[in-house]
Amino acid sequence: MRTKPSLLQTQAFRIVLVYVLLFAFSVTALLFFTYWNTRRTLDGQTDQIIEAEITGLEEEYRHFGLPGLVEAVRSRTLHQGQSLYVLSDGSHHYLAGNLNSWPQLSGSPGEMVEFDFERPVDGKLESRRARGRVYALPGDFLLLVAQDVHDRYLTERMFTTTLPWTVILILILGTAGGALIGHNMLRRLDIINRTSGEIIAGDLTRRVPLKGSGDEFDVLAENLNRMLDRIERLMKGLREVTDSVAHDLRTPLNRLRNRLEESAARLTANGAQAGEIERAIAETDQLIGTFNALLLIAETDAGTTRAAMAALDLGGVSADVVELYEPLAEDKKVALTLMPGPAVIIEGNRSLIAQALANLVDNAIKYTPAGGKVRIRVAVTSDGVELSVADTGPGIPAADRPRVTERFVRLEASRSSPGTGLGLSLVAAVAHFHNAELVLEDNAPTGLKAMLRFPKTAIRSLPGAPLKNAAE
Amino acid sequence: MRILVVEDDLEAQRYLVQGLKESGHVVDEAADGETGLSLALSRPYDVAVIDRMLPVMDGLKVVAGMREHGNAVPVLFLSALSEVDDRVKGLKAGGDDYLTKPYAFVELLARIDALMRRRMPAGVRTRLDVGDLELDLLSRAAKRSGTDIELQPREFRLLEYLMRHAGQVVTRTMLLESVWEYHFDPQTNVIDVHISRLRAKIDKGFEAPLLHTVRGAGYMIRAH
Repeated sequence: MRTKPSLLQTQAFRIVLVYVLLFAFSVTALLFFTYWNTRRTLDGQTDQIIEAEITGLEEEYRHFGLPGLVEAVRSRTLHQGQSLYVLSDGSHHYLAGNLNSWPQLSGSPGEMVEFDFERPVDGKLESRRARGRVYALPGDFLLLVAQDVHDRYLTERMFTTTLPWTVILILILGTAGGALIGHNMLRRLDIINRTSGEIIAGDLTRRVPLKGSGDEFDVLAENLNRMLDRIERLMKGLREVTDSVAHDLRTPLNRLRNRLEESAARLTANGAQAGEIERAIAETDQLIGTFNALLLIAETDAGTTRAAMAALDLGGVSADVVELYEPLAEDKKVALTLMPGPAVIIEGNRSLIAQALANLVDNAIKYTPAGGKVRIRVAVTSDGVELSVADTGPGIPAADRPRVTERFVRLEASRSSPGTGLGLSLVAAVAHFHNAELVLEDNAPTGLKAMLRFPKTAIRSLPGAPLKNAAE
Repeated sequence: MRILVVEDDLEAQRYLVQGLKESGHVVDEAADGETGLSLALSRPYDVAVIDRMLPVMDGLKVVAGMREHGNAVPVLFLSALSEVDDRVKGLKAGGDDYLTKPYAFVELLARIDALMRRRMPAGVRTRLDVGDLELDLLSRAAKRSGTDIELQPREFRLLEYLMRHAGQVVTRTMLLESVWEYHFDPQTNVIDVHISRLRAKIDKGFEAPLLHTVRGAGYMIRAH
């Protein structure tokens, strides 16, 4: 089973995140456009009023001269309104108008400018924003006509200060929403994943629970369950076939062996030699051995075996196998050693792993010449746990390595020694059964290193101690 | 000894019954589970040999039925099914030993002998003797003619098993199963090497060997 994805890895969360970013961007763009458009319209209206005022005042000046203009300005400023006027001479000396002095202006005459001015409101001076235009009158007089746009200015300021906060709020709410949706999806997916994990671990009777709402996840779960029903039926069928093959072949083999034993016994009882029959019995036993190995490989490979999984100490299993083979190795003058390693508990079947390891050790001792070494090691790696058997024998040429785990494949070099050609196939099948991998490598400078690599998910517990072995 | 054989393959049944009779046992036979169970419950037996797959009533059910009625006769299962966990199922149902078909008759006989031995009320034994060889199960020490013999833990267990079955044939598979707890056949006969090591320790330098090889069957420890 693969490890559970974190929230950030979920597709739902990623989609929501992208959506939120896009949404925030379009909201910002939309608000900016609205702002820009509104301001343009408002400014346009203000500018029109100003232009009209200037035209009117200019006409007064043309008809009635400076006194006429001053009179017009005064009459227009009798009531406090939006309109602002200042009339001054060429050196900005105040002549008339409802602004007491000539304001600080940036920009050249003839252009629309914005400036701040002060005006008493409820007895206090208040700084306000205005927009207007300076008109140069013939005779070196300056006329400033403006409109109080302070309300527009306040709205604008409010807009520019709230916009970033709006965007931040959208991002926060959107991300939280995404996390919520992602979390909910994760929870449903987690249930499906856990069930699949239990099924992979061998419990084919498990089914994904339905929520009953008929949503997409329920549909998915239903489909998965239907698929599982089918797989379970197929597996059951396969098991029944294996069982009947086993039964239907073992029963006649049993009779055959019985008869041979009977004949041998009768011959011996009559004082005759039963050598031929004893050889036939040995052949039968060889046949039975091959059949048993094939059946075990088939069952293990297909995962139909009912072999129970339990917590198992790899070091302990290795020590037992080493202990079993140690006298044989000593007789062959081969040094068989279990290298010190970490105590690793994995999920596995003791019998199958012991048998696989025994096959590897058996091979290693068989092919290692006197004076050689066979080393067994349990090591923790970054990918999981590795159980390796390294010898100093002739090794297997790289080109032949993929073939040797195939059933009945025996390399030319080993045809003379006894064996069924099923030993490594069984090791590969046991590896497969445990989601592990059988890897064959060169053991420098000479020999073969056979490794069973168990994935991290097979590990039940690791020692707390530093894993020296892995670093070597 | 009285032995019950429940086997539906008549050819195999005939062979089994004949072989056991020739070995000096009294044998009753049945060809289906129901007959087997009623025989087991009505007559006293020392051992029952029961096939795992039987008509009318499955072998597992026969044993379960026997145990339900308080019948504690040791049961040896014979099975033609594939092995990996059928053994566990058989033992869980109340079986005492498990043998996969095809089997060698000596193997079956050795196991039946071992089961009968187990049945005898032996009490709690703290010492095993075979001739002048002594094994102290409490101090875990071995002596022959008063001379201490140094044994590795596994050698001690091997010798203990052989001595508990003194005078009986013990097969390689039985040793592998009870001393090493392995239920598979190693490709090379590693047991022989262990035995020859043990033999070097207990028999070397003594006139009468105790540990004997039984040709075609296994090993036996006996005093003479």
